Amino acid sequence: MNKDQYSKRYFLTLLIAMSLNILPLSNLVKSLNPDWVLLVLIYWTLAVPERVGVFNAWFLGLFVDVLTGRLFGMHGLIYALVNYTCLKFHRRLRHYPVVQQALFVFFCLLLSQVMVFWIENIQGTAGLTWLFWVPVFTGTLCWPFIYAGLRWIRILGHIG
Amino acid sequence: MDNTRSVLSVLIYPVQRLVSIPVELIEQVNDTVVSYTALKKENITLKERQLINSIKLLKLESLENENIRLRGLLENSFKLDEQVLVAELLSVNLVPYEHVMVVNKGSRFGVHEKQSVLDANGIVGQVIRSLPLSSEVMLITDPNHAIPVQINRNGLRTIAIGSGQLDRLNLPFLPNNADIQPGDLLVSSGLGGAFPQGYPVAVVDKVTPQPNKPFANIYATPKAKLDRIREILVVWSDSTPIPLLSPEVETETAANE
Repeated sequence: MNKDQYSKRYFLTLLIAMSLNILPLSNLVKSLNPDWVLLVLIYWTLAVPERVGVFNAWFLGLFVDVLTGRLFGMHGLIYALVNYTCLKFHRRLRHYPVVQQALFVFFCLLLSQVMVFWIENIQGTAGLTWLFWVPVFTGTLCWPFIYAGLRWIRILGHIG
Repeated sequence: MDNTRSVLSVLIYPVQRLVSIPVELIEQVNDTVVSYTALKKENITLKERQLINSIKLLKLESLENENIRLRGLLENSFKLDEQVLVAELLSVNLVPYEHVMVVNKGSRFGVHEKQSVLDANGIVGQVIRSLPLSSEVMLITDPNHAIPVQINRNGLRTIAIGSGQLDRLNLPFLPNNADIQPGDLLVSSGLGGAFPQGYPVAVVDKVTPQPNKPFANIYATPKAKLDRIREILVVWSDSTPIPLLSPEVETETAANE
């Protein structure tokens, strides 16, 4: 319920997710690295939908664009879209078991990756191999852990 | 739009810094915990190399002057005057499908887009975006990068395209009968205007003619140690034309008249 506590934890988890996104990893592992920021955003959207709005997600996306050197506004658009879908379905999703939620998360990540693929292709980016799609699957596999971890953090802070 | 990006990048810079701290710490520990004998050995080899280099530099100065004089005769004179800035890489990884690195010097130090970036062995890449505190450098091995090169042995010009692997460049536009062989050094030709002329880029390591196709399959290995560089040089190359006759000569002729 504490708004101050909530925003502190919200920003801290996002900060950690951002660091995970740009972690220097070996060649093989870095193509497995999922979009942690999006996963964390999905969690907070489902957990406290009244606080994480579309504008919020869009602004976060701008930060991610700057962080990873993408076209300005690309992740803004994508995060806003995914956030909107989550807001639309959050009532239903809350009652789903984690596995079923993971399926929904899979489609969210797929939507995001398709958008990235589309926008990168418009810009004429070369070198997109099938490895480009791997983060969608690893992200889905990570969802139960993210869900459990962030839920623990949320309950610890008595948020929502 | 660029201003907004600059502002956000300053806010986000601590995250990039934070991520690269562990790697930097490990490097520092490695640097600190070196035995006395190893340091001594390194010192001796460095001194030797320094001696050899300074002798080479002695000759270079006279050769450069001669070059400028000869170019003056040919009426296409350019002074190759380059200023460099040492920048350090931040250990961050932007996206897996691009070879872009972040360095810790930005527009605050005067770094701007399209500047070429070198290391001690050859060309590394070019600056694609300069932000206030950092800038993004695209490596020559990025699949979206191409660099005009020339074979040092015979001056044959072509384009080297990044392959997406850190140890390989492709040369897709040379015919099967082109005079190129493994071991040839490729230097930048300076034709695109982005890179200064004459810096080593790569060494050809495999030439496979394809009888049924117009172009041969040629691979080269970059000279720069792209996978283990820590420090890079950002280059300002201004190719300002120099007068055909040196100023002293001109004043002399004026005095004679």
